[in-house]
Amino acid sequence: MKAYRAIVSARFRMMLQYRAAAAAGLGTQLFWGFIRIMIFTAFYRFAKAPQPMTLEQVVSYVWLGQAMFAMLPWSVEPDLRVMIRSGNVAYELLRPVDLYWLWFSRSVARRSAPTLLRAVPMFIIAGLFFGLRAPQSVGVAAAWLAAMAGAFVLSCAISTILSISLLWTVSGEGVMVLMSGAAWLLSGMIIPLPLFPDWAQGILAFLPFRGVADAPYRVYMGNIPLNEVWVVLAHQLAWIAAFVVVGRALVGRGLRRLAVQGG
Amino acid sequence: MLDDVRLYFKYISVSVRSQMQYRASFVMQSVGQLLITGIDFLGIWALFDRFGGLEGWTLTEVALLYGMVSVAFTFADAMSAGFDLFSATVRNGDFDRMLVRPRSTVLQVIGQELTMRRVGRLAQGTAVLVWAAWAIEAPWSAPKALLLAAAIAGGTSIFVGLFILQGTMCFWTTESLEIMNTLTYGGRESISYPLSIFRPWFRRFFIFVVPLAAVNYFPALAILEHEDPLGTPVVVQWSSPLVGFAFLLVALQVWKIGVRHYRSTGS
Amino acid sequence: MTQIVVQDLVKTFRVAERRSGFLGALRGLVKRRHRVIRALDGVSFTVERGELLGYIGPNGAGKSTTVKILGGILVPDSGKCEVLGRVPWKERIETVRRIGVVFGQRTQLWWDLPVIESFELLRDIYGVGAREYSSAVEELVTLLDLTPILDTPVRQLSLGQRMRCDLAASLLHAPRILYLDEPTIGLDAVSKLAVRDFILRLNRERGVTVILTTHDMDDIEALTNRVIVINEGKILSDGTLAALRATVTKERWLTIDLVEEGAEVSDEDATVMSRDGGRVVLSFDPDRVAPAALIGRLAARFPVRDLFVENPPIEEIIARIYGRACK
Repeated sequence: MKAYRAIVSARFRMMLQYRAAAAAGLGTQLFWGFIRIMIFTAFYRFAKAPQPMTLEQVVSYVWLGQAMFAMLPWSVEPDLRVMIRSGNVAYELLRPVDLYWLWFSRSVARRSAPTLLRAVPMFIIAGLFFGLRAPQSVGVAAAWLAAMAGAFVLSCAISTILSISLLWTVSGEGVMVLMSGAAWLLSGMIIPLPLFPDWAQGILAFLPFRGVADAPYRVYMGNIPLNEVWVVLAHQLAWIAAFVVVGRALVGRGLRRLAVQGG
Repeated sequence: MLDDVRLYFKYISVSVRSQMQYRASFVMQSVGQLLITGIDFLGIWALFDRFGGLEGWTLTEVALLYGMVSVAFTFADAMSAGFDLFSATVRNGDFDRMLVRPRSTVLQVIGQELTMRRVGRLAQGTAVLVWAAWAIEAPWSAPKALLLAAAIAGGTSIFVGLFILQGTMCFWTTESLEIMNTLTYGGRESISYPLSIFRPWFRRFFIFVVPLAAVNYFPALAILEHEDPLGTPVVVQWSSPLVGFAFLLVALQVWKIGVRHYRSTGS
Repeated sequence: MTQIVVQDLVKTFRVAERRSGFLGALRGLVKRRHRVIRALDGVSFTVERGELLGYIGPNGAGKSTTVKILGGILVPDSGKCEVLGRVPWKERIETVRRIGVVFGQRTQLWWDLPVIESFELLRDIYGVGAREYSSAVEELVTLLDLTPILDTPVRQLSLGQRMRCDLAASLLHAPRILYLDEPTIGLDAVSKLAVRDFILRLNRERGVTVILTTHDMDDIEALTNRVIVINEGKILSDGTLAALRATVTKERWLTIDLVEEGAEVSDEDATVMSRDGGRVVLSFDPDRVAPAALIGRLAARFPVRDLFVENPPIEEIIARIYGRACK
């Protein structure tokens, strides 16, 4: 446990070094947020019929997405990618810790510092100036935090499985590219899921990706009422469990396979 | 000059052969990228499906904008991998290696790699562009086709210029700044939509600072014979791609300043 | 004929300081502290054509900085420098066209390509004519024994093989001056000898001026006739190896292998430096007692199985020079 904590805190301190990067990152998120909002605003101006989400809700949604950006599972841990490519990943087998949790905590480490460093200023700026509304009640806020925690863990689980898939070098890359692109779209980061065609809503509700972004954001906005929050959490938990189980099974097999190949 | 061009192609053939050694991986990633970018366009389609239209622009017209910028961006992205990796090159001491060779540094950096797996993205962008070209109402003509080609070339120039600027920043800081990504990826994303839907300050940025509008929105207006709520004169619509090339020249000058700075401060 | 002129070169660097701990990291977020390093503090020397010069100093002494300035990579703060009549940082392309550089730790060859294709690409980069190229390649391949590895991708070569290829690559365009930065680092004994032999022939037979920076003192002893010692940006010594030795000490060392271990060996004109079983090492001043006389005296008193006389190893000399500079 101490080992995992050490990894996380070292990463935190490292991130604080990069002050220009932090500032630039903030600017980046704001810029992206503006682009998205302007595009949606234009679409809403044109729209005649009422929509599943109001424009104000979309605005909050977009800002939440930008604030939580660093958390999303859209790529593999770069250290691991280099390690796998060079074959040094075999050294991971030598470490006296459980492999899956080692990689999982790497994922946690990489996400926690940037997420906090981005999210707090983003919330303040977007909330004060750009239309991010506060949650309607303390209950909603608490539910939202619970859903965010679930989203965080789910995101790490997905990212860990993506890393593991790279152990199968060629096919793993394909899986990774596809999954990360799919995660991006299907989590609601490009377009809020309620705005997708009606026939797609069923699939979107089932897939794990909404648990990373769409579901917690809608809890925040009150779009998902408090008495349905448990559905969100259960959905997240179920998928977390699935990813962890599959991930653990794959990690051992993947590494042994790599060792056989002489990687 | 011609000698440099010949050397560039020699460099590129080295890069391509090197990538083809990992053929399976290349195919896998190209296909993956094709699908991802397909999903990307699906997003736009979904929005049109739900909202019915965008301030006087149809899906096919937006598809033309999207296709133009996507193809230009992908060309530039595939060519500029050397600048993307530049921070590592400087850190390794490989840039010193380039300075010890009797060739321009830009040529050596840009010759490092031509990323072949972008072909998946290129295929998608081309497909969208071709579909849009076929589906739009306005008639085609030889001058329009030339304008389209010039616009894409100009767009490629701007994006290459942006990548060069991104690399130049490595001379001043070892931190990787995401700010340039907002201009490259963010620029591509926003310019895929008609400029008129954006706020004035945003429009002005993409006309005067990073002139992506000049290689996308304005030429597209001419091609589509679309009404322009901004009232751009027709002559501007036809000549604007030149701005793209000018931007590239400016970027090259900034690079030279960066190299000078590197050589007086070391790393 | 003078090929390189260096006069009063000064080069300083500003390095940002990292602070330790969490609080330090937060403070560093707001204000950065800088440290000024004087890498070169008035360095001057000239190099004539055909010299084989050793440029040595501890890490951080300023060796790489000097080489980078000579190569046009860095611009000095002040001072004069001319390589083959040109100022390197002002006329970069024309200067580097005529020099070759080998960095010991990084290869200049393309990782995934067979060696010969890297050579061909370099030929195009340097604009070497077809005839000059083929004769250069033929000669270098023979001299460095590269025929078996010409078609091997560089990533599959051993360190020794790679270094030989790097040497050949740096000479394809027939440079008149060659900078070698740690060329034998990490090499096995056989490769070291091959590389040294090649450099020597290059210098003696083809008159290529060589500047060698290295930590390996065997390289220095084997190759160079002139050594420049640099430390903390200043030149401590510039002259032949023998002169270098003489400035530090004239002493010589006598090593005796005794028949009987543990005998109390001593002499009024010599100092015992070490005792290890039957082996005793004594240092003496040849001006005070002739080596033959000392040997005679000791052999008369103690049964000697074997003995030899040598100069103190060059590392010892260098260490003393550095040490002296520190006082």
